[in-house]
Amino acid sequence: MKYVDEFRRRDLAQGLARRIRAEAEPGRRYNLMEFCGGHTHAIFRYGVQDLMPDNVRFVHGPGCPVCVLPIGRIDNAIELAERHEVILCTYGDMMRVPASKRHSLIKAKASGADIRMVYSTQDALAIARKAPDRQVVFFAIGFETTTPPTAVAIKQAKGEGLENFSVFCNHVLTPAAIQHILESPEVRDTGKVSIDGFLGPSHVSSVIGSRPYEACAETFRRPVVIAGFEPLDVMQAALMLIRQLNEGRHEVENQYRRVVTREGNLKAQALVSEVLERRRSFEWRGLGRVPNSALKIKRSYAAFDAEARFEITPSDRQDVKGCQCPAILRGVKKPTDCKLFGTVCTPENPMGSCMVSSEGSCAAYWAYGRFRQADGAAARREAAA
Amino acid sequence: MNVMDGNMTDGRFALKLDTRRGAVDMSHGSGGRATAQLVAELFRRHLDNALLAQGNDQAAFQVPAGRMVMATDGHVVSPLFFPGGDIGSLAVHGSINDVAMSGARPLYLSAGFILEEGFPLGDLERIVVSMAEAARRAGVPVVAGDTKVVESGKGDGVFITTTGLGIVPEGVEISGGLARPGDAILVSGSIGDHGIAILSKRENLEFETEIRSDSAALHGLVEAMLETVSEIHCLRDPTRGGLGTTLNELAQQSGVGMRIMEEAIPIKPDVAAACELLGIDPLYVANEGKLVAICPAGVAQDLLAAMRRHPLGAEAAIIGEVVADEHGFVQMETGFGGQRMVDWPAGEQLPRIC
Repeated sequence: MKYVDEFRRRDLAQGLARRIRAEAEPGRRYNLMEFCGGHTHAIFRYGVQDLMPDNVRFVHGPGCPVCVLPIGRIDNAIELAERHEVILCTYGDMMRVPASKRHSLIKAKASGADIRMVYSTQDALAIARKAPDRQVVFFAIGFETTTPPTAVAIKQAKGEGLENFSVFCNHVLTPAAIQHILESPEVRDTGKVSIDGFLGPSHVSSVIGSRPYEACAETFRRPVVIAGFEPLDVMQAALMLIRQLNEGRHEVENQYRRVVTREGNLKAQALVSEVLERRRSFEWRGLGRVPNSALKIKRSYAAFDAEARFEITPSDRQDVKGCQCPAILRGVKKPTDCKLFGTVCTPENPMGSCMVSSEGSCAAYWAYGRFRQADGAAARREAAA
Repeated sequence: MNVMDGNMTDGRFALKLDTRRGAVDMSHGSGGRATAQLVAELFRRHLDNALLAQGNDQAAFQVPAGRMVMATDGHVVSPLFFPGGDIGSLAVHGSINDVAMSGARPLYLSAGFILEEGFPLGDLERIVVSMAEAARRAGVPVVAGDTKVVESGKGDGVFITTTGLGIVPEGVEISGGLARPGDAILVSGSIGDHGIAILSKRENLEFETEIRSDSAALHGLVEAMLETVSEIHCLRDPTRGGLGTTLNELAQQSGVGMRIMEEAIPIKPDVAAACELLGIDPLYVANEGKLVAICPAGVAQDLLAAMRRHPLGAEAAIIGEVVADEHGFVQMETGFGGQRMVDWPAGEQLPRIC
């Protein structure tokens, strides 16, 4: 497949693997946080870790939009969907995310709530046009990548006078989250998590550009390499990070030049800032309240804000007891450190959000990497015998 | 009640069934005259065969001595008509294939229809004609049937359940529990065609593609395979859940693990591209005309050659091997050179694919 196979070639991967082995200094550890779930997914799906030397490790970051949405917001979405006049439109990923009391959108749908899985905001608009007597709410989630389409939909609804359409806005911002992780006590003080550098977001950066990471790289003296989501992108970005670390540099470099520029997509940025503005702070699962880390609908478009239209009251429900998603999202723990992992928490019966999305670390460990733990256990048994 | 029986002929109904503008109504399921007319002018006319013409509530036939197999398969595919087939041909192929995966020669089919009030009779006729053609081509007649009608809004046009009956040739012993470490794993052709063809016609998702469903009856291919290699251990058609699910089923049933090579798995560029675009894994996309075969490594090349000689196995490939593994894991060497698991799929990837 043209434009895809080129980025998955085995011979190129082997060449990159050789270079990484040659350049990674044996006495040193390289802990590289891939911020995005898209990278986590690629690392597991293609077995990228197998091609890395032991001292180059990927630390999985919180960049899975489904995973970081706090349970209270999912409760809010379910409450919305259960109102008889509402049709809730959502991306399919959200359907199985556990809300409080083991509830979820998919269970609400089974009990009669009108919940529609859509592939784009345009589908939600089309539903609103067809059902003028119903209230159509789009459950907007995601990082900067999915934000422009939400802004477009709100503008369109206003333009068309589509009064039965509104958006439950949960869009979050990447640079604020990266900064928050680097300021966390685990990274800054206790050294519990070491992050030597970042693989920067790919699709997000196509919108916001590479510039927003510059302050972070400078302040926290950590290199950032914007990386594409193909496995060769990940490997090349890892090599670029290793080189920066070897040379004592901490710059923002761009491996994903075929898409990302320093300035990003100015048109999309303008559109977003016309319709949406920063929230003073927003609750993230795992990270807690993060200042300036999310977007809300501007007052001039308030008529399309579901939070205002339906007077949604924030809920501060907590995660399931024992679920380690919060620590996993910060890179403090691995999925296998969680007692629920693979026992009561599996993709069929997820207790935490990281087990739901294909971009979540727990789901990736479970679906693609489980044989490693089994191999490890077998090896330990053999060693003991 | 079997309503494909009855002895009315076309001449006994004052007006012919209006398959141009007419629609299914509740009377078509009442068991009365309207039902009889639907059966006579639509089902029996097109599915025409001697056993159906016996006009009883059941089909009676002689069976040869030996081991019989029976399989049933419900069909709820949406949309009803898709590139490469429709719910009618799919329902015929579905049960034939389930029977054939035991190595059996399929003999007869039955079909149960659940029709929704308001469903156009013209569409129903298209479906029945397609069923009849598929059955004729496969040489497996539909010999019994049933029709029910549900109120508008309680169904989705038409659902069809078929049951197949077949007989296993002497000496053939095929079961999902017979895979042994060292066996070779083969697949009969490119994966994911059916699922992608369906998806390309779904509301909200329509995209331009040349991909057609691979829906086909596989008993001819199975017969050709068994002529060359009698010691086939497992056969299964990777329908709903795709190749990935089928391999996990067989691994679990046999208590073994599997190692497959991503690069060896045949996949059409269009299917790969559509999966890429939609963010789905082709390993879990449905097929309706493919099979997975597991046989001793020593005869794998012979089996591969036999498959490739048959039109439905022209792109067959050896994709991996069975290994000893207490966990029953299916592992894959990725095209990239790493290792990963091919797990059971979680949740529903594509609802109502067959």
